[in-house]
Amino acid sequence: MLEIKNLHAAVDGTEILKGLSLEINAGETHAIMGPNGSGKSTLSYVLAGRDGYKVTKGEILYKGQNLLDLSPEERAGNGVFLAFQYPVEIPGVANTIFLKEALNAVRRHRGEEELDAMAVLKVVREKTKELGISEDMLKRAVNVGFSGGEKKRNEVLQMAVLNPSLAILDETDSGLDIDALKIVADGVNALRAPDRATLVITHYQRLLDHIVPDKVHVLAKGRIQRSGGKALALELEKNGYAEFAEAAA
Amino acid sequence: MAATPETAQQVQEYADDGYKYGFVTDIETESAPKGLNEDIIRFISAKKKEPEWMLESRLKAYRHWLTMPEPEWQKPDFPAINYQDSYYYSAPKSMADKPKSLDEVDPELLATYEKLGIPLQEQERLAGVAVDAVFDSVSVATTFKAKLEEVGVIFCPISEAIERCPDLVQKYLGSVVPYTDNKHACLNAAVFTDGSFVFIPKGVRCPMELSTYFRINAENTGQFERTLIIADEGSYVSYLEGCTAPMRDEHQLHAAVVELITLDDAEIKYSTVQNWYPGDEEGRGGIYNFVTKRGACRGRNSKISWTQVETGSAITWKYPSCILQGENSVGEFYSIAITNNRQQADTGTKMIHLGKNTSSRIISKGISAGRSDQTYRGLVRMGPKANGARNYTQCDSLLIGDTCGAHTVPYIESKNKGAVVEHEATTSKISEDQLFYLRQRGIDEEAAVALVVNGFCRDVLQQLPMEFAVEAQKLVGISLEGSVG
Ligand SMILES: Nc1ncnc2c1ncn2[C@@H]1O[C@H](COP(=O)(O)OP(=O)(O)OP(=O)(O)O)[C@@H](O)[C@H]1O
Ligand SMILES: [Mg+2]
Repeated sequence: MLEIKNLHAAVDGTEILKGLSLEINAGETHAIMGPNGSGKSTLSYVLAGRDGYKVTKGEILYKGQNLLDLSPEERAGNGVFLAFQYPVEIPGVANTIFLKEALNAVRRHRGEEELDAMAVLKVVREKTKELGISEDMLKRAVNVGFSGGEKKRNEVLQMAVLNPSLAILDETDSGLDIDALKIVADGVNALRAPDRATLVITHYQRLLDHIVPDKVHVLAKGRIQRSGGKALALELEKNGYAEFAEAAA
Repeated sequence: MAATPETAQQVQEYADDGYKYGFVTDIETESAPKGLNEDIIRFISAKKKEPEWMLESRLKAYRHWLTMPEPEWQKPDFPAINYQDSYYYSAPKSMADKPKSLDEVDPELLATYEKLGIPLQEQERLAGVAVDAVFDSVSVATTFKAKLEEVGVIFCPISEAIERCPDLVQKYLGSVVPYTDNKHACLNAAVFTDGSFVFIPKGVRCPMELSTYFRINAENTGQFERTLIIADEGSYVSYLEGCTAPMRDEHQLHAAVVELITLDDAEIKYSTVQNWYPGDEEGRGGIYNFVTKRGACRGRNSKISWTQVETGSAITWKYPSCILQGENSVGEFYSIAITNNRQQADTGTKMIHLGKNTSSRIISKGISAGRSDQTYRGLVRMGPKANGARNYTQCDSLLIGDTCGAHTVPYIESKNKGAVVEHEATTSKISEDQLFYLRQRGIDEEAAVALVVNGFCRDVLQQLPMEFAVEAQKLVGISLEGSVG
């Protein structure tokens, strides 16, 4: 599903990713862990196509296609979803309006018919219910005045509504209470299917108790330093990243 | 109108050009000779079969106009207007004998309004909005007249009102905007050709939205419409105004005057969606929109509310204002102004508090893109007798790109210590974070900008009547096309 080969990427002329390779097959869930500033969010932005994140070397194939040729909206249309580490506020735009625009944009891209406001609302209500998210959030402006945890729940709601093939969650579990953690995990687990994949970026091994990953990778100094099973997360929790700081130095 | 392949294709072309109202209706017209002099004014007055007093009042305004200097205080910069290079009267020939009903109106004219999204016949049957359609210098149709007359509401072209209710016209015309007010208003008083007249009698809540749709079609022609709305004691009316013009390379002048009067406990809600042709990307062509709009809250507890969405015109020069005379009277101004490419807008309001406990509220949202330039200019004046008067002003500017400009010029004059004036202003840029977030959700860049801007304008869009709100939201997106990327 996703194949990243020897990826080098720079921001403002500083190279952040330095030869990162990673392969995720359909049906799999991978976790990336790593110290602050190691390039995890950078990787997620490169995957989503953010301006200013320049790929200087390497390639990314998504469903066999060169992902780097596509604009952010085309990638989203093709099923790439990024749950932001820092969700953005859009004043004056109600969550429902935003969800309708997004869902219809993605549907158009897939060649599906657009849904009218009522039909969208039905889908959205269903998902809020499934995820145990309060409906109050729907009427409010996108992320405006939301608490940290509410913003993260809102990301999961958008993910559930848009139904992506490749979901990338950038620290969606940070700042969440225990119930919300379950919401995120349920949201991700509900998307698990043989034709989908998930990449979870996290600092906490406890999330991986709920979302059991097929593989865990350690990202440090701009590359994947080690990959392993779920046990790797437990090991990291005990020993920290000291080993990788030295290894890369 | 059946969409023949030809018209369908035309419509498509207009859509591709961005300004989809830019087509020209090919119709035989009758015009006054080019230029401006007393004979032209006599010609207009004769065409309208006006009484002597009306002609006299036009000539008086014209003679005064000759002595008035051009206004110079506004920000927009443009070459001096050659008044002799314009036509001051142009009307479809088919209107020479006034049609008595829609069935008698030239089908070509009806088709024009249909193309503009205002199917007059359908409006009459289905939409429940009464429309006065003004084409160049004449009103071509007013729908629902009979139904309105059942409740005593008069809604007709002003030329007809001069004949039908001369007393009301003589009493109120020019009573809010005197011909001496400013050069453009003075010109209007001399050469105005048509516009709408509304009278809502005592205690009547007008049973439907009233609307006027202005269309400039002929080349080199100025449109000088005059609107007068009088709301008698305890009455209410909501009035909508829409405007478009063909795409032409030369500038055309639109100098309208709108006067509103509310008596005790009456309310007028006046909404405008102004989408005159803005000119092309290089600033060629486009309408000069120099408009004087003013309302007088003469009665106690009366209210005048202006809502405007200004997206068109090469230059907009417009300050819908309220004179708050009656005790407890309320003035409101809600504005969205969008400028793109080379457009210039200098717009805002004046709230003149004269009576006790009068209050006013100003919410202005300015969006500048391309190489456009925009100024909010607002005056709040608290008179010596305006005890307990209050004003709240909020003025937000949003910039798209870094080649456009936004300026806020508030004037506050208070002669009353007890009056309260609050002013808040913000300027922001559309953020890259927001655009990326929306695009990551599949929304393309232009739609993302439109969404952010609509959000920014929400407080004002909410003030529009439902029928207009949806249109206005779309217009916000259309007028910003090409402003990113
Ligand atoms: N515009 C920029 N110019 C220079 N350096 C940048 C820029 N943006 C990010 N960086 C740097 O890139 C590095 C990687 O940042 P990134 O956000 O990807 O880290 P992260 O692994 O997600 O960290 P965290 O765990 O704290 O979220 C950091 O050192 C950061 O300071
Ligand atoms: Mg990060």
